[in-house]
Amino acid sequence: MDILITGILLGATYSLIAMGLTLQYGVARIMNLANGEMLVAGAFGAFWVFTAQQASPFAAALVVVPGAFALNWLIYRYLLRPLVRRAKNRGMLEVDSILATFGMSFVLVGIMLMVFGGGYFTYSYLAEPFEILGSPFALNRVVACLVAVAISGLLYWGLNGTRTGMALRALAVDPAAAGLVAIDVPRMSAFSFALGGAVTAAGGIVLSTFLTMDASIGVVFTMKALIIVIMGGVGDVRGAIVAAVILGLAETAVASLIDPGLTLAAAYLLFVLVLLLRPEGLFGRRQS
Amino acid sequence: MYRRTALKLAAAAALAGALPLGFVHAADPIKIGAVAPKTGPLAGGAAITHWPNVQLWVHQVNERGGLRMKDGGRRKVELIEYDDRTNPGETIKAVERLATQDKVDFIVAPYGTGLNLAAAPVFAKYGYPQIACTSVTDKVPELTKRYPSIFFTLGTTTAFANSVAEVLNKLRAEGKIGNRVAMVNVADAFGIELAEAARPIFKTAGLEIVYDRSYPLGTQDLSPIVKGAKAANPDAFVAWSYPPDTFAITEQSKIEGMNVKAYYTAVATAFPAYRGKFGKSIEGHLGAGGVNLDTSEMKAYLAAHKKVTGKDADYWASPVTYAGLQVLEQAIEAVGTDRKAVTEYIKKATFKTVMGPWKFVNQSIHDFWTVGQWQKGLFHGVSSTGLPGAKPVIAKPGW
Amino acid sequence: MSRAEIRSLTLAAAAFALLAFLPFLKDSGYLLSVSVSIAMYTVLATSWALFSGPTHYISLATAAFYGLGAYVVAAGIGAISYPLLLALAGTAGAVLALAVGVTTLRLTGVYFVIFTLGLAELIRQVVTWVQNNLTGSRGMYVFTEITERIIYWELLGLAALVYLVGWLVARSRLGFALHIIGNDELVAAHVGINSAAAKLILFVISGVFAAVVGAVMAPRYTYIEPSIVYSPELSFQVVIMALLGGAHRLWGPLVGVIPFALLWELIAARFPTQTVLLLGVAFLLIVYLIPHGVVGRIEFALERLRWGTRRG
Repeated sequence: MDILITGILLGATYSLIAMGLTLQYGVARIMNLANGEMLVAGAFGAFWVFTAQQASPFAAALVVVPGAFALNWLIYRYLLRPLVRRAKNRGMLEVDSILATFGMSFVLVGIMLMVFGGGYFTYSYLAEPFEILGSPFALNRVVACLVAVAISGLLYWGLNGTRTGMALRALAVDPAAAGLVAIDVPRMSAFSFALGGAVTAAGGIVLSTFLTMDASIGVVFTMKALIIVIMGGVGDVRGAIVAAVILGLAETAVASLIDPGLTLAAAYLLFVLVLLLRPEGLFGRRQS
Repeated sequence: MYRRTALKLAAAAALAGALPLGFVHAADPIKIGAVAPKTGPLAGGAAITHWPNVQLWVHQVNERGGLRMKDGGRRKVELIEYDDRTNPGETIKAVERLATQDKVDFIVAPYGTGLNLAAAPVFAKYGYPQIACTSVTDKVPELTKRYPSIFFTLGTTTAFANSVAEVLNKLRAEGKIGNRVAMVNVADAFGIELAEAARPIFKTAGLEIVYDRSYPLGTQDLSPIVKGAKAANPDAFVAWSYPPDTFAITEQSKIEGMNVKAYYTAVATAFPAYRGKFGKSIEGHLGAGGVNLDTSEMKAYLAAHKKVTGKDADYWASPVTYAGLQVLEQAIEAVGTDRKAVTEYIKKATFKTVMGPWKFVNQSIHDFWTVGQWQKGLFHGVSSTGLPGAKPVIAKPGW
Repeated sequence: MSRAEIRSLTLAAAAFALLAFLPFLKDSGYLLSVSVSIAMYTVLATSWALFSGPTHYISLATAAFYGLGAYVVAAGIGAISYPLLLALAGTAGAVLALAVGVTTLRLTGVYFVIFTLGLAELIRQVVTWVQNNLTGSRGMYVFTEITERIIYWELLGLAALVYLVGWLVARSRLGFALHIIGNDELVAAHVGINSAAAKLILFVISGVFAAVVGAVMAPRYTYIEPSIVYSPELSFQVVIMALLGGAHRLWGPLVGVIPFALLWELIAARFPTQTVLLLGVAFLLIVYLIPHGVVGRIEFALERLRWGTRRG
């Protein structure tokens, strides 16, 4: 039972890392290697609000989330649109966006280094035991789990219950066809890219309550997010969440029952196996 | 066109007017190179331990008017710094660049064991003394034989493990803990070495290792390992950990209510951020390093560090790094900028540093702090290999 | 062998011979350290492109092979002679590549990309665990008498070998088959090409090279840390340099690696405090201003030149 709850909490953490990228990659078709840096930037915001303003780190969301949305909108509009336009096919766009966002991740690390310095930043918030069924769990992780549930719920409702969501889903399936049925493809792509950035930054705020970060740690999150998004299947928010929870459970089970030294090995093994059995990911559609 | 020339003339005149005032007596500055991570996996540690001390030392020397040379003149210090992005290939390139392109007089040793060892052949090739203040290794004899100008100051893996065993046994003799130890380590270079050294040492010391597990670097949830350690019902908990996981393990232990009377985490326990994060609940925590906080030199150093860099120094490698720079400073003042003479001088002389008097034996310092403990908000050295001023170790109260 | 081929072969041989004398230059230390990293990336990027150029598969597993090679040397040094260790590293790389290739080459597009990334991490985790539990601190220190000079020559030799292999492959039936696979795998299958076998052979070749490079570089580091030899940044940099040059020509990665390495060196030397920021900016400029890689630019220029002469 302990393993189940710990695993779900960890899975929620992973889904916070991956949900933003699944929007950016699944819908806007940008393999964003600078995604982790956006997460760290959100975490920096929370840290600053907590230490300098003595306010709840979650208050940072008021500024960070709209800020990240606007920044990512601008990035898409002025830096990525030209690439989308010049790409002749999906493969070319993939190569170009890998290259461009790799450069952006460097730029973002450089900026954060200038603004915040290179040291570790960590603080204590809600680091209290919270009893579930008689066992103590970290309250900040429980809160993170609730936030993850809330965000994924909102996304689910947004994608399945609104017109914009429908357009986004159409875009995820086929951008060319979406254009034919009067969906403003460039605008919708920009919107989903920006939304993905905002979700990632929000995840960063929550994660900063229990993870220690520094300016160059973003790549760690990017890698994790890529693995989860691909494992879940491109373009499906559900897939990313399911994959995140599976990884969380698997890691916790291996750590508790076999050897903590093998947790990450087990996670990657699982990822490798999933792709071998279902090359398009858990919820992905077979590419034609 | 005319106007631009006039501007240039005016600027030149202004410069000419300003220059003689400042530069009448000053000789050429001594060029000092520095290369360490500003980005990459080790950047977080270097930003606390390495860079602020380089900054502080340069600032203090120049404020004093420069290094006082043998001939009585003063020479200021000019710093040339590079970011190696935690990549040993870059470290090697940067040291080569400093030596052959910038032609610096001396180079501050890089940060961390791996980067120092990667750069050691280059330091040796050009005869630069390399005072490696942030390397902990058991291979000191081999390394000093190989590289005649490398110096070690922070200690050896075995000594660190030995001291932890001693501290635990002291608590055991006082009847505060039993002999059951839960031990975990990060599966990365330093963590592996320490755990490997500790296993036989703990056994010989009569300590029983009841839980012994590693976890991969970058694990995002350490609660299973803390739960596992707690379930083994230990009297003491020892984690050979790195900065991000030191924080995570401590937080998780607090949440799980791991009530041991001896609680040890390795790197980063001595960081001010550790106190900043956990406040009063770290009373009695043991960690790698420690200093003697009672000397006036140490007090002055800590105050100056805060004032000049705006940050608190850590209570382990920060003053050691600064002491390494003091060694360089005193050697240059004694024998000048001839690198060979400086190296020989470092091998023989005794230095007055913030860590107390330092004398290198076989190119390494043999008296160093190994275990420190948080007591009333300060991290005191409680065990060393023969240094005075150790505080008595206390048992950890509850969280 | 045609005349043009003989000519370019002679030229290449002469160039390599000339480069081999570099360590004898006066004050060559700095030049040598830059050249070692250029040579390393040239071998890695070219061997990467041998596989990825024709097949369009983007592999992020370079660091896995590289780290494996470094660890083979670290674990065996002192007990086994160094040349034998290089051979062992190559064999280990081949076995790993074979195992990976057999299982994964049916993945396509981005799934393959991220799969290789995950695989590299999996291997890193397993190797670290084995080291932690079985070999301990042995497998961390590499003490040898091998100097930077020797490493440079080894890398130069590997570079020559990579080009030789690439050239032979291009001339062979295998190269022709790959060309067709790259254009249209379906057509290839219809004309009776065993595309899986062809891809596998090339993947193994590139894996062997990466592992041997890791083994060659290990003595340079003296101290092997998993986070350094398995750095994902290495995999990304190899891909990026190769793509920047142009992966569809044998010499493409080279024209990517050299300007790229020099530019990075320039930035690292001139702007030590904002290195990373400016690297990023420079990088973005390259991506936006040189859309088809350096090779694309050169080919475009050549094309124009040809048109010009034809008209004139």
